[in-house]
Amino acid sequence: MNELNKDAIRDLLYRMADDQLILGHRNSEWTGLGPILEEDIAFSSMAQDKLGQSLALYTLLHDLGDKDPDTLAFNREEKDFKCCHLVEYPIGGYEFSLMRHFLFDSSEALRFGMLAGSSFSPLAKIARKFRGELRYHTMHADTWIRQLGGANEESRAKIQSSLEFCFPLALGIFEPSDYEKTLAEQGVFPGESELQKEWLAHIEPLLAGSGLSMPDVSSCKPSYGGRKGRHTEHLKPLLDEMTEVYKIDPSAEW
Amino acid sequence: MVRESLSVDDVWKALEDVKDPEIPKLSLVDMGIVTSVSIGEDESVRVVITPTFAGCPALKMMADDIKDRLGKLTKGNVEVEVNYDVQWSTDMLTEKGRQMLKESHFALPGQVNGFVSAESLIKVECPFCGSRDTRLQSPFGPTQCRAIHYCDNCKQAFEQFKPV
Ligand SMILES: [Zn+2]
Repeated sequence: MNELNKDAIRDLLYRMADDQLILGHRNSEWTGLGPILEEDIAFSSMAQDKLGQSLALYTLLHDLGDKDPDTLAFNREEKDFKCCHLVEYPIGGYEFSLMRHFLFDSSEALRFGMLAGSSFSPLAKIARKFRGELRYHTMHADTWIRQLGGANEESRAKIQSSLEFCFPLALGIFEPSDYEKTLAEQGVFPGESELQKEWLAHIEPLLAGSGLSMPDVSSCKPSYGGRKGRHTEHLKPLLDEMTEVYKIDPSAEW
Repeated sequence: MVRESLSVDDVWKALEDVKDPEIPKLSLVDMGIVTSVSIGEDESVRVVITPTFAGCPALKMMADDIKDRLGKLTKGNVEVEVNYDVQWSTDMLTEKGRQMLKESHFALPGQVNGFVSAESLIKVECPFCGSRDTRLQSPFGPTQCRAIHYCDNCKQAFEQFKPV
């Protein structure tokens, strides 16, 4: 058997780890601010899952020869981050955070599902584990989307407009890498376009069932660049803050 | 008298004294968190634990507690490795562990077999009155392991050890 392409795997791991680290930090900003106490706890709990998952992914990168997880998370330059634009935005209003959570976590659940069968076995193992954790995130998101979509016209309109704002950002999750072919051929990961296809098929009926209409993909320009290190203005201040906190107490728990 | 050499069984038995920091009635063995124990040269011990949740904040404490306890058992080196070779599921709770959760008024998780169905979170049996006239309030409880339900029969909230 051919040896797996480590650069391709590293690129994939950075995308995933950085997405989770950044979104985990964003979602933890809901602590104390949720519309109801249960939502406060839910977002904090999901943030904790995401930070834990990112740590596991950075640990895999460390096992492949990269720096230690703390340095990877808190001491890298902005251009070295491979997160997508969707996760970079501040929490905004509840509708935005909820829609982002719905769009992102549905893709993540499908991604882990695909990776559970990856030929890169260390990744397959954690994917099988995280797939289970993600179940709770998607159940949570699906329930709330259905509730708000079906509540009343005002609430439906708000959540629909969040959907339209988030959609091009969400398409940026699937920005192709330079390694798509290699990853697919080596059985590591079927690829971003394959994932996007599955994701669209998955969310469309959920949105329709919640009284929401999915924007037209063909006329929507995906927000690309994040996977190549080009980010929105929102990332840098967050990274600075994370680095600052880390410098003050490097031994702090994640 | 010649001291018998340390056995794997001795280690497992000692690990039953190490409690889960979040649910102190349960040992790490009852939780199914300890996935392997081996003994090397000079009675060095290697224990593998698998996280219940990736972001479990108690992991480090568990590893330290294991080292403390096993340090009383052996003069050799004690190594605790955390890995995902075996992926934790509530299906790995021991019978004793389930019994203790029940006594602590937790609703028990059903068998997961690799997939948590939405059904496993609704109409959960109330640990106080046994009614199934209950509702899921939130799958996210005070710790990652717990979900919150409400019993319409005895009118109180209860926690479920959530199926994973
Ligand atoms: Zn009851």
